[in-house]
Amino acid sequence: MASLRREDVAHVAKLARLTMSESELDKFTEQLGQVLEHASDMNALDLEGVVPTAHPFGLINVVRADEVRPCLDHDAVMAMAPDAEDGRFAVPRILGEAP
Amino acid sequence: MKNVRETARAVQNGDATALSVLEESLAQIRARNEELNVFLYVDEEGARAAAHAVDERVARGENVGALAGVPVALKDNLCQTNIPTTCSSKILEGWRPPYNATVVDRLLAAGAIPVGKTNLDEFAMGSSTENSAFGPTRNPLDTSRVPGGSSGGSAAAVAADMTPLGLGSDTGGSIRQPAALCGLIGVKPSYGLVSRYGLIAFASSLDQIGPLTKTVTDAAMALEAIAGHDPLDSTSLPEPPPSLVAHVEDGVAGKRVGVVRDLIDGADDDVVAAVERAVEVLRDAGATIVELSVPEFRLGLSAYYLIAPAEASSNLARFDGVRYGLRVDAGDVTAMMEATRTAGFGEEVKRRIMLGTYALSAGYYDAYYGQALKVRTLTIDAFRRAYQEADLLLGATTPSVAFEFGSKTADPMAMYLSDVFTIPSNLSGEPAISVPFGTGEAGLPTGVQLLGPGRSEARLFAGARVLEIADGRP
Repeated sequence: MASLRREDVAHVAKLARLTMSESELDKFTEQLGQVLEHASDMNALDLEGVVPTAHPFGLINVVRADEVRPCLDHDAVMAMAPDAEDGRFAVPRILGEAP
Repeated sequence: MKNVRETARAVQNGDATALSVLEESLAQIRARNEELNVFLYVDEEGARAAAHAVDERVARGENVGALAGVPVALKDNLCQTNIPTTCSSKILEGWRPPYNATVVDRLLAAGAIPVGKTNLDEFAMGSSTENSAFGPTRNPLDTSRVPGGSSGGSAAAVAADMTPLGLGSDTGGSIRQPAALCGLIGVKPSYGLVSRYGLIAFASSLDQIGPLTKTVTDAAMALEAIAGHDPLDSTSLPEPPPSLVAHVEDGVAGKRVGVVRDLIDGADDDVVAAVERAVEVLRDAGATIVELSVPEFRLGLSAYYLIAPAEASSNLARFDGVRYGLRVDAGDVTAMMEATRTAGFGEEVKRRIMLGTYALSAGYYDAYYGQALKVRTLTIDAFRRAYQEADLLLGATTPSVAFEFGSKTADPMAMYLSDVFTIPSNLSGEPAISVPFGTGEAGLPTGVQLLGPGRSEARLFAGARVLEIADGRP
């Protein structure tokens, strides 16, 4: 498997919404490369036909009755928001200026 | 300080008040917290009110519960209403949850007294509690060494006699490893036995909450109090939880104990010697010893360090400066999220988010994450085969006794390798318990680990009790 490149790390940082300094990019490229290198022992295995496990006990479709129940207090939740307006979460502009 | 069982009995019988027990706990925290950095927050007022309520109920002749008046240290990734909950991260500094974790409600219903919130590796990512944004916790047994992690604060609270009970969470060994390094019992229950509602998620398919205590009986009492189905956690097991305290003295006569080389080889000599002595003790107690080799356990580490970061990268996407915690202002919403996450997360958390994002990203998903999920299946199948030959498995908990500060922080892979013996149980969702057994280098405690199939906690506690007695704690 191709080794991890610095530009891969920069791309992943963008996907993860993290700003990386030049020195952090260098360090993470090396460190993440080591973990992936260690994980390459899995590639030597013949895993053809092995069913992947996403959850230990395979519980599926756990549903509850569709009825109104008490939920968290709206004011208590909003009180912890960094910014709120009229009982809703407020965020900076999400769309650019009109062209 | 009295242990859990002694405290609950004394409070329920009226031989001690919950308030007097609490004051003893608070005094010890005041005496040692500055040096050890165990508690990030102590809720003196709330704890006194809860203790007073317990004492009033005792005075009225009510049965208060199995944990009457027992002070508890909560790992700071467990939510308690209006009590600061940080996950030892700057991104949650100042946040107060609007609800209780189910385990907190269950502790209160059993008469226990939550005293405060303990330090951890940020978002439970680490094996030494050195990754906390609020400074490392020191091991009470040797303050030049780490207490283990990530539940290092809750372990140190119990080891330093601040509280007789601590709750932690275990994703890859984060209860058992600090238990081993601090000389305590630590239990990672079966996945789904304890509700995760109100536990801030790290890796949802691996995380479980469990107790840290000084005795096996204490751990059984605590786990009985917090276990059981919870409709608020859709992964919680629907079956009634197993009875534990009643089986602590069952012994191991007639049981087959599998000694797993792959859970021993590579450990330091002092740890290996402890496991070998444990084998003799269990044999003398009537167990049949079976030597087993389970090479799949070694692969578990590789699978774990892709699966856990992948789940973490998804779970930690919620910390974006919108609904709670830190917000760093920047031009538009994307810039705000990026500035917030960059300022709020520490280095190890960023490393795991990056690793997980990479493992899940287009072009690499099948090669890394997909492959890891298949290796997880191999691990589970390997356990199943082992349990055809043995009723429980024995190995080391950690490769070494408590290590010194800074000895592994420069090399993340070296730190990750210290989880090699604990990870398989998280991948399989099965229970495991770490028991202090003897001492090693510098007189520090060595831990051995018993593992069992799903919902076999009673068997594990019985085995752990045999080791506890043999280690001089009748």
